Amino acid sequence: MRADFFEIVILSLQVSGIALLISTLVGVPVGVFMGLKSFIGRRLIMVLLYTGMGFPPVVIGLFVYLMLSNNGPLADFDLAFVPSLFTPGAMILAQSIIAFPLVAGFTMAAVMGVNPNLKSQIRSLGATNRQTAWTILGEARLGVIVAIVAGFGSIISEVGAVMLVGGNIQHQTRVLTTAIVLETRKGNFELAIALGSVLMGLTFFANLIMLRMQGRDADL
Amino acid sequence: MKELIFRLREVRKSYQDRCVLNIEKLDIYKGEIFAVVGPSGAGKSTLLRLMNFLEKPTEGTIRFETHEFSPQLDIPLTIRRQVTTVFQTPLLLNRNVWANVRYGLALRGRNDSDQRIEHVLEQVGLLEYANQKARTLSGGEAQRVALARAIVLNPQVLLLDEPTANLDPFNVSLIEENVRNLNRDMGTTIVVVTHNIFQAHRLAHRVAFLLKGEIIEIADVEKFFERPEDPRTSAFVRGEMIY
Repeated sequence: MRADFFEIVILSLQVSGIALLISTLVGVPVGVFMGLKSFIGRRLIMVLLYTGMGFPPVVIGLFVYLMLSNNGPLADFDLAFVPSLFTPGAMILAQSIIAFPLVAGFTMAAVMGVNPNLKSQIRSLGATNRQTAWTILGEARLGVIVAIVAGFGSIISEVGAVMLVGGNIQHQTRVLTTAIVLETRKGNFELAIALGSVLMGLTFFANLIMLRMQGRDADL
Repeated sequence: MKELIFRLREVRKSYQDRCVLNIEKLDIYKGEIFAVVGPSGAGKSTLLRLMNFLEKPTEGTIRFETHEFSPQLDIPLTIRRQVTTVFQTPLLLNRNVWANVRYGLALRGRNDSDQRIEHVLEQVGLLEYANQKARTLSGGEAQRVALARAIVLNPQVLLLDEPTANLDPFNVSLIEENVRNLNRDMGTTIVVVTHNIFQAHRLAHRVAFLLKGEIIEIADVEKFFERPEDPRTSAFVRGEMIY
């Protein structure tokens, strides 16, 4: 039981950690681009991002399920990077999609919150486009940290999507949230509470890191 | 024969069909301090943005040294890096004073300029503030950091957009002294935009009066203030122009 417990915690961290990494690597540049550039259709994409931030995870789980199922549009293509249903890969895909709009949306808001005249000043000092974006990102770093932590919070505590695409299979796709649901249904409240405590601890720890970084930032 | 550094011809800038700047001809010479005065909304800051290549003109050509740019052409980085601006609001990065002054050098990959940074900070009287966070500085100190950040780059042209607006006399005097020294010692061309005619009188070799996006008059400083040709310039200099 003890081994199962740690297995669940480690898998949860692996799945959510990789999903967060993917959504950060994609979401932060998208957020910076959206925050800095004006182009046709930008407003529409902003609306889509904001909508995505409030999208029910279970619906995203359903979408990923349909995409990956045997009758789904991806079934005909034998693509190495497309995961199979009921695997950690499918859970990572679903969680990446859930976290992406949060990371991108909050990053965009943080970048847009930087004094717009600063961009002119930076360029006036001889920055290239990339240097300008990098500096603005640095100025918005607090908001970017919030974006990443918000993304983590949303996926580590999410149950609907991972249940759908992971299937809560013992030793394979069972993570903290799905295990809590299962143990509660079985009446194993002690284990459910223990798992719940770990989940809350992880969320608390993530927020603590964010607060520490906020404090350090305020001291700059 | 004075050498031209900026040559603007038929330069127009419009925002959504509203023309905010319409300059038939403007020449700026190497090594001079050129002041642009005029009421708020005259197009002074827009002119500086065009000269710093932060925006492209809608029409016309801007020639910098031997390079001529029309609205269709992209400005090479090497040219952009020869001109820099100190804006009215000191837009400092969320770092300490030293890092702010070092910023432009770091963009150019110059990481061996500690002595130069130290020297420039000493010039603006802020060496002892080097490790202080920029956000804790007063308005005057922050503007001096902004000036140091520009001076340390040793630009060919320094553009100043109302650099001392809302500052106390001590800071105004310190900034003006630094601008004069930079021009005298390094031969830096300086274009200062101000609505303060006294500052223009104190600093400039030549002065232009900009009104509603058009240059009304350009003259040497003495002539501009003592014998202006256009009645509108005369009214502005006497403080009679209501705006």
